[in-house]
Amino acid sequence: MESQEVSSNAAVQKLRDWDKHAVAEVIEFRGETTVVVPPQHLARAAEFLAGEPSLRFTYLSDITVVDRFPMEPRFELNYHLLSIDLGLRLRLRVRLAGLEPSVPTLTPVWPTANWHERENFDLFGIRFQGHPDLRRILMPDDWEGYPLRKDYPVEGFR
Amino acid sequence: MNTKTTVIETPAGPAQAMVLNMGPQHPSTHGVLRVVLELDGEIVLSAKPEIGYLHTGIEKSCESKTYSQCITLTDRIDYLAPLSNNLAFCLAAERLIGIEVPKRAQYIRVLLTELTRITSHLVWLGTHAIDLGAMTVFLYSFREREEIMKIYEYVSGQRMMTSYFRIGGLALEPPPDWLDRVRRVIDALPGHIDEYETLLTKNRIWWGRTKGVGYLSAADAIAMGASGPMLRGSGVAFDVRKAFPYSSYEEFDFNVQTQTAGDCYARYQVRVAEIRESIKIVRQAIDKVTPTGPFRAETPGIIPPSREEMKTSIEGLIYHFKIFTEGFAAPPGEVYQAIESPRGELGVFMASDGSAKPYRVKFRTPSFVNLQSLPKLCEGRLIADVVACIGTTDIVLGEVDR
Repeated sequence: MESQEVSSNAAVQKLRDWDKHAVAEVIEFRGETTVVVPPQHLARAAEFLAGEPSLRFTYLSDITVVDRFPMEPRFELNYHLLSIDLGLRLRLRVRLAGLEPSVPTLTPVWPTANWHERENFDLFGIRFQGHPDLRRILMPDDWEGYPLRKDYPVEGFR
Repeated sequence: MNTKTTVIETPAGPAQAMVLNMGPQHPSTHGVLRVVLELDGEIVLSAKPEIGYLHTGIEKSCESKTYSQCITLTDRIDYLAPLSNNLAFCLAAERLIGIEVPKRAQYIRVLLTELTRITSHLVWLGTHAIDLGAMTVFLYSFREREEIMKIYEYVSGQRMMTSYFRIGGLALEPPPDWLDRVRRVIDALPGHIDEYETLLTKNRIWWGRTKGVGYLSAADAIAMGASGPMLRGSGVAFDVRKAFPYSSYEEFDFNVQTQTAGDCYARYQVRVAEIRESIKIVRQAIDKVTPTGPFRAETPGIIPPSREEMKTSIEGLIYHFKIFTEGFAAPPGEVYQAIESPRGELGVFMASDGSAKPYRVKFRTPSFVNLQSLPKLCEGRLIADVVACIGTTDIVLGEVDR
């Protein structure tokens, strides 16, 4: 699935031209483009994609996590970006290790990330550094554990 | 929960702002939403929505069910638009697996989801009006909604939790004269909508309660991730049906309704106009749906064989048995499928590891994201406006909490 050739998604080449280290891998599947970004480049890449006048990914649709337990790196963070002007979608992916997974918050770039990050903190235990209000959002404040992790039983701990 | 309250200036010296819990059992929160309000007299200083009271772990449950079993769960996410949820989930699964749905089934899907948009907007209109003191609209809009619910029942056997869309097409062939019923209901609707409009559109009290209330600028709407009528009411002409057509929407002629005022009244106008656009789409769909033809794809091993085939051929029986006991495997990969639900962009992210159960399903629900804008809408305004602002975001708490 990995490809180094020209992607059909215009954003990929722009991102590569801007900083080739920001693109670790490009995955094309069912007409969707996923760009894997090293965690240390995430905040910069997000700013670039949102601010670049020819792309304008000003809309963040969703942030979601896939837990690949017991594989390492365990967590995959998917940021679903949308450029309303171009009618283009792009998925940014960051891979995080299972031990104390943490990534910088993207609320300064997309304020809507606030609740999405809280949700992923709540259900997966991902720490978003610099988040203005990192509290549980769906589960009770005193809940223990992170329910959507794969090592959390469906029926809960008894 | 952060209990620090704002200090306000009063004629008698500095004082603590009053903290008021609105909900989770407040009738105008349409479910179990709690909004923590900080008040200076009647002015809202800050509003913090607290959610999660209806969290049922649907995403976690999906991971232990086969793809087809998940469909019944999707109904329960947004119980005012179950068919939209069915559609989003089925489209995601179909794209993941690589199934082409027959045109006839696609048109029927469009027809029914547009009816769903109408019923959902009718519920919104009725309850929003009742929140703001206009009782009459509720009685009328629920009367029309009931007529459409009867169509769902006639077609699928269920009024609400239809689970009528299945991976690859529809659950069953609709009854022969169903389109006549749809036509009858649809022909009567425009007159009824005029009726609602005579009650509200130029009503001075309605204007007073909605015009200039709950303002959201276009830039804020995009930054906060608002979608659907929330986004279009602020002047951004974005509609998933136009931008990323699915289920043959590109073959239908309709307009994206926008208003630039960005207040509650603008969102009211957008939704009413959308009902009229949906009627247009339904009319086109009625003409496109042929009386006979396939209602689901034929993919042995994934789509169940017909009852006839199941009972007369050994392969049919084997496939039927396998599909309903162990399900079917999807190729490893991830897809994100968005549709325009009545409330906005409903996205389903689905990750497969190659087994018969989805490895991860995420529902990007418009209510959850739209609710985030609530503080922006009502801070600095009167407490009575909070009710208007909650109503105008058109949240379904089942969808917020999942």
